[in-house]
Amino acid sequence: MAEKPRSFQEIILRLQTYWAAKGCAILQPYDMEVGAGTFHPATTLRALGSKPWAAAYVQPSRRPTDGRYGENPNRLQHYYQYQVLIKPSPPDLQELYLGSLEAIGIDASMHDIRFVEDDWESPTLGAWGLGWEVWCDGMEVSQFTYFQQVGGYDCKPVSGELTYGLERLAMYVLGVDHVMEMPFNDPQTPIALTYGDVFKQTEQEYSRWNFDLADTDVLLQHFKDAEAECQRILDAPAEDPKTGQKIIMAHPAYDQCIKASHVFNLLDARGVISVTERQAYIGRVRALAKMCADAFVQTEAGGAAA
Amino acid sequence: MPDLLIELFSEEIPARMQTRAADDLKKLVTDGLVEAGLTYAGAAAFSTPRRLALSVEGLTAESKAVREERRGPKVGAPDQAIEGFLRGAGVAREDLEVRDDKKGQVYFAVIEKPGRMAADIVAEVLEKTIRNFPWPKSMRWGDGPLKWVRPLHSILCILRDDEGSDVVALDVDGIVSGNTTRGHRFMAPDVFSVSFLDDYEAKLKRAHVVLRAEERAEMIWHEATNQAFALGLEVVEDRGLLAEVAGLVEWPVVLLGQIDDDFLELPPEVLQTSMKEHQKFFSVRNPKTGRIERFVTVANMETVDQGATILAGNQKVLAARLSDAKFFWENDLRTVKTVGLEGMGAPLTDVTFHNKLGSQAERIKRIEARAREIAPSVGAKPDLAAEAARICKSDLSSEMVYEFPELQGLMGRYYAQAAGHDDVVAAACEEHYSPLGPSDDVPTAPVSVAVALADKIDTLTGFWAIDEKPTGSKDPFALRRAALGVIRLVLENRISIGIFEKLFLASASHVGRVWGGEDFGQLNEAFELLHANLPSELVSQFAEQAEKTVISSRGLDKPASTEREDVKFGMSKANDLVSFLHDRLKVFLKDKGIRHDIIDACIAMPGNDDLTLLVKRAEALAATLATDDGENLLQGFKRANNILTQAEEKDGVEYSYGADPKFAEEPAEKALFAALDAADAKIAPAMEAEDFNTAMTAMAALRGPIDAFFDAVQVNADSQVLRRNRLNLLSQIRKTCLSVADLTKIEG
Repeated sequence: MAEKPRSFQEIILRLQTYWAAKGCAILQPYDMEVGAGTFHPATTLRALGSKPWAAAYVQPSRRPTDGRYGENPNRLQHYYQYQVLIKPSPPDLQELYLGSLEAIGIDASMHDIRFVEDDWESPTLGAWGLGWEVWCDGMEVSQFTYFQQVGGYDCKPVSGELTYGLERLAMYVLGVDHVMEMPFNDPQTPIALTYGDVFKQTEQEYSRWNFDLADTDVLLQHFKDAEAECQRILDAPAEDPKTGQKIIMAHPAYDQCIKASHVFNLLDARGVISVTERQAYIGRVRALAKMCADAFVQTEAGGAAA
Repeated sequence: MPDLLIELFSEEIPARMQTRAADDLKKLVTDGLVEAGLTYAGAAAFSTPRRLALSVEGLTAESKAVREERRGPKVGAPDQAIEGFLRGAGVAREDLEVRDDKKGQVYFAVIEKPGRMAADIVAEVLEKTIRNFPWPKSMRWGDGPLKWVRPLHSILCILRDDEGSDVVALDVDGIVSGNTTRGHRFMAPDVFSVSFLDDYEAKLKRAHVVLRAEERAEMIWHEATNQAFALGLEVVEDRGLLAEVAGLVEWPVVLLGQIDDDFLELPPEVLQTSMKEHQKFFSVRNPKTGRIERFVTVANMETVDQGATILAGNQKVLAARLSDAKFFWENDLRTVKTVGLEGMGAPLTDVTFHNKLGSQAERIKRIEARAREIAPSVGAKPDLAAEAARICKSDLSSEMVYEFPELQGLMGRYYAQAAGHDDVVAAACEEHYSPLGPSDDVPTAPVSVAVALADKIDTLTGFWAIDEKPTGSKDPFALRRAALGVIRLVLENRISIGIFEKLFLASASHVGRVWGGEDFGQLNEAFELLHANLPSELVSQFAEQAEKTVISSRGLDKPASTEREDVKFGMSKANDLVSFLHDRLKVFLKDKGIRHDIIDACIAMPGNDDLTLLVKRAEALAATLATDDGENLLQGFKRANNILTQAEEKDGVEYSYGADPKFAEEPAEKALFAALDAADAKIAPAMEAEDFNTAMTAMAALRGPIDAFFDAVQVNADSQVLRRNRLNLLSQIRKTCLSVADLTKIEG
C-alpha cells in the first residue's frame, strides 16, 4: 500500500500515472466550457464507431446552478472530473477501477466499497448506459457506466466510462470537511496553497455573474448562433474544394453543440428558462449532438472506411 | 437421480431486480427441462449482488424416446403442400410413408425422437435461458452481442449423480461453463470449485458470501434490533428497505451510528427519508420520545478496526446530507415566517400544471373556489376550507420538497403549523392528497374532505375539458385514481352531495381556456331539454364562473363562445364524468360484493349523482333480492313486464291508464288492487324519506298478491274490457316497482 497522498494535485497525478500505466492515452482537458467530462469529444465522439480507444484526462467542468459563492463545503460551479474511457470495455474494468482507488490511498480492506445501481442518461447527448455509482463508506465517489447509446447510435463495441468527482473523492481521502480548506499542493511546500487560495475568489465572481449578471439576451443569441453554425458546418459538402479531400467537420460542429449546451446551462442558472421551454432547449441540443454523431461516424476516426 | 446446480456470476446486479431474476431463472430452466421431457423433484433459486443460482434436485437422467406420427397431405397433392409438410415435420421426402386412409392414400411422417441425456438438455435450456433472460433492462459490454443485466463473467453448471459431479459443457459467446466460482469481492476473491448445493453454500459461507437473501435479511434485522435494543432503542421497520439492503451485500455487517445532536430537531420523517433515500440507512428510534436518534447502516465488509473507519465515513456523509436537509428546513421556516405559507407558494405562478390547464397557481385558485362551494355539504367552514386550499400546494415551492418530493403534503402540514394556521387547515395540507389508492386511508376531518374533493374534482373536470380521458390501460394523469378518491371520500364520509352540480360548476372554470365553440351536434336537443331543467340559479352561477375564466385566459385566441354554448359544454363534461364515476363505482362495489346489474338498476333512478344515496339504494336492493320474497317478486315483475311489453308492441298503445278495480272479477285480482294501493301508500313516503329498506320491503310484499294473481287470472281474457283493465293493472305493478328501482336492469 502506497503512502497516503497529501494534496489534491497528488491525487490527480497518481490517477494520471495509474491510468497511463494501464495503457490509456493521457489527454489534456478540452479547451471549452463543458458541464461534465463526458462532453469532451474524447468521450462523446470516440465512444462511437468500431475503433478501439483508451483515454484518460482531467476535465474542468462548470455547472452554473451549483454556484454557492464558495461557501458550501461541497458545492462548486467549477470543479474537476477525472474521466476514463476504454473501448471495448475490458473484462476486468471493475478490478482496474478498484486498483485506481488503491493508487490514491483507499485501502479496500479497511473500507466498504459498493457498486450501487445507477443508470446514466444524458438527454442532451441522446446517450444512455447502465452501471453504478460507486460508494465508499456510503459516499458516492465515482460513476461507472457501460455506454449503450450515444447520439442515438448503439455503441458497438461498448465503451466503459469511469468518472471521478475529484474534489469530493480527494476531500474524503485527505480527510477534509470543507473543499476550500483542502491542500491543493503539498502542504509542506514553502508556498502551500489550499483549494480556496486557488478558487474561492473565482467561485464568488462566477456565482455573481452566473446568477445575476450574465446578459441573457446575449446568451440567447449565442445559443441561436451556435445552433445555426453547427448546422451550417454540417451542411457543407464533404469534399473540401481547396484540398480536394473528403473532410467532414464533425469536431468543429461538435464544438458548437458544446457551446449551445453550456449557454443553455447559463440561461438556466439565470432562471429565464421555464419548465416547458427547458424540454425544448434540451431537445435542440440533443438534435445538434445527434447531427454531430451522424457526421462523426462518417469519418475515419468514427470507423468509416478511409 | 442427478441434481443440477447452476450459478450465473456477474458484476453487481441491481438489488431491486435480484428476487425476480432468481424466480425467472427457476421458472425458465425448470419449464425448459420439463418441456424437453425431464422431470424433477424440487427446485430452489437464490440471488446475491453478484450471482443468480439455481438448484434442481431429483432430475431424471435422460428423457424418454418419443415417437410421433403426423398425417400429411394426400398422395398426389401439390408439391408445395408436400414440401410445407416436410419442413414442418422436419423429415425428408424419402422418409414419408404412404398409408391408406378413408379418403385414399395419404402421406405420413414418423418422427422418432430418441431420448436425450439430461446434460445435453440442460446445456441447451440454460443457453436459451441466458440469451433470452427477461431482465427489466439489460446491456451489452466489450465487443460481444450478449446481453445481461451487467457483464456476465462465469457460468457454473454441474450435474451430480451417485458417480460424482460433472460439468455440463456449454459455451455462451466465449463464456465456458465450469464448476468454479468466487467468494466475496474483497474478503475471498479467489476461485474455488464446488460439487453440489450444500457444498456450494458451505464454501460460499467460508468465502464470506451468504447465498440466501432471506438469510441475509434475517441476519441484518436480528443484528440491528439487538444493537438498538442494547441502547434501549428500536429500529423503525421497513421491509422494502430491508429487502433492498439484503440485495446490496453478500456479507452483511451491521453498524449502528450516531446522528449529530444538531439534526435531532428535524422532523422525524425528514431524517428518515433522507437517511433511507440517499444512504439506505435504517432509522433507529427512541420509543419513549418517538424521536429518531441513531441509524443503522449495513456494510459488506469486515475490517480489522471492527468497521470504525466505515462507520466514521458513513457518519460524515450523513452529516453532509443532513446539513443540507437542515439548511432547507431552516430556510423554509424562515420563508414561512416572513411571507407566510401563501407567500412561499408565490412562485407557483410560474410552475406549469399542464400546458392546457395553466399554472399551479391558477389551479389553486380553482381548488379554492371548489373547496368553498363544497364546504357546507361536508360540514366544513367555507372560510377555513378556502384558506386550506390556498396553501395546500405551497410546500411544492419549498426547498425541502424540491429535494424530497415524497415529503409533499407532510411538509405543508409542518409549515402550516409554523405559520400559525389552524390545526385543521394544517392537517388538510397533508390529507388533501388522500386517498391515493384503494387501501389508503380516507380523510374524515371536514376541511380536509372539502379540499380533497375540490382537488380531485378540479383534476377530473380539467382533464375532461381538454379531452385527456383515460383510455384502456393508459391513464397518465391518474384520473381513475382521482375518481376512486371522490367515490371513497363521499361514501366513507356518508356525504350527500349532488355530484353533477359540482362537476358542472367546476367545468365552468375550464371554459374559455379550452373551449372555443365546438359543435355538440346531435346532443343539441337533449341539452336543450336538460338546459331547460337546470335550476336558473345554477346556470347563472356557472355563467359567472365561466366569465371569470374567460377573462383570465384571454389571449389564447379562441373564438368567443356564447353563454349557451358554454353551459352545454359544462353539461356535456359533467354528464360524461358522472358516467365515469358510475363506472368506477361499479368496479369499487363489485369488490364489495354488489353486482353491476343491481347498481345499474339504481343508476337508472333519479338522484343517481348522489353517490351515497345511490349506494344506499343499491345495498337495500341487493338485500331485498337476496330474500325469497325479493327473488320471487323479481320474477313476478318480469312476467308482468314481459306480458305488458308484448301487448304494448302488438297493440301499439301504452297501457298506462289507471286500471279500475270495479272491473276486477277474480278475488286474486281484487286483492292485487288492494295490495298495490297499500304498497304505494308505504313506498311513496319511504322513498321521499330515502328509507329504501322500508320501500323495498313494501315492494317485496307484493310477491304474494302478484303470484296469486298470475295463478288465478288469465290476463289476455276474451273480453277486451277485462284484458285492457288487466294490462293496465300490470302497468301499475311496473310503475310501483320502478318507483323503487329499475328492475328491468336486473339479470336472471
